[in-house]
Amino acid sequence: MSVAAHAGRPTAPRRAITRDALAIGVAVGAYGVSFGVLAIAAGLTPAQACAMSILVFTGASQFAVVGVIAGGGGAVAALAPALLLATRNAVYGLSLVPILRGRRASRALQAQLVIDESTAMARAQDDPEDAHHAFLATGVSVWIFWSLGTLAGALAGEGLGDPRDLGLDAMFPAAFLALLAPQLRRPGAPTAAVVGGALAVALVPLVPAGLPILAAIVAVVPAALAARRAVAA
Amino acid sequence: MSWAALLALAAASYALKALGPVFARRQAPRPAVTRVLDLVAIPLLAGLILVQTLDGGERLTVDARVPALGVAALLVWRRAPFLVVVLAAAATAALLRAI
Repeated sequence: MSVAAHAGRPTAPRRAITRDALAIGVAVGAYGVSFGVLAIAAGLTPAQACAMSILVFTGASQFAVVGVIAGGGGAVAALAPALLLATRNAVYGLSLVPILRGRRASRALQAQLVIDESTAMARAQDDPEDAHHAFLATGVSVWIFWSLGTLAGALAGEGLGDPRDLGLDAMFPAAFLALLAPQLRRPGAPTAAVVGGALAVALVPLVPAGLPILAAIVAVVPAALAARRAVAA
Repeated sequence: MSWAALLALAAASYALKALGPVFARRQAPRPAVTRVLDLVAIPLLAGLILVQTLDGGERLTVDARVPALGVAALLVWRRAPFLVVVLAAAATAALLRAI
């Protein structure tokens, strides 16, 4: 660690990390605005939309919940896919164990910041101290801007008319596509996407709303086999 | 949505996040485990995309959401920012419904 860091003044790389963390937060804030609008369109109150962003704080799961509810699904049908989407946060949390600092109580608070962006920023650093700084700065920045964006979107959403006239229902699949695309390069990912998507669509006329999406999880089995073959090859 | 369901979701999401930071010993999980868990989100996202594009309430329908998804796919492929992708999809569907 450098002298400047000991003196409490951030070193140049730390400042660059903080700047990046702020930029990521602002970008996610814009994404939070669309979540706020869609949550209101699905029938949530502005207080519920904001509470979800502050307390649940994991984007894809939140979009899944309001998407299923907007499509007529019940609470169980909405929560199950949301929780399955959130399981990747458990993977992130486990992968961050070597860089997290502080006592168990402090780590329990830091755990709320475990999301896609903070994990990606932490993994991009070589030095463990920098990684911890990147995790905290990105997590706090995204948490604040995501919540503020949700509030702005929820308040704006209350003044809008029929969500279908504005094409808001078309925002859901577009948002999920933007989330899915960067993950398709992983081994087994194309199999997972094609099998899961086909299964869900085939089940729409047959089972209650929300369940087709949950059933798509079965596709991890052929996908994991395909991934193992790809790794072994 | 009820507050009880919302708080249950918050508690369960936090428990997943806290598993590593609060309870794990100081080592990362095995690569094979990570690889499978990394795949969990993908079929769910693919299912969400297609069902929310084609769902017509217990049957499949093709409407303005299909070309909207096409526009979104083109923009994702061109690496457009998230907000641009989402707004362009909404604008496409809104325009097609207005004419």
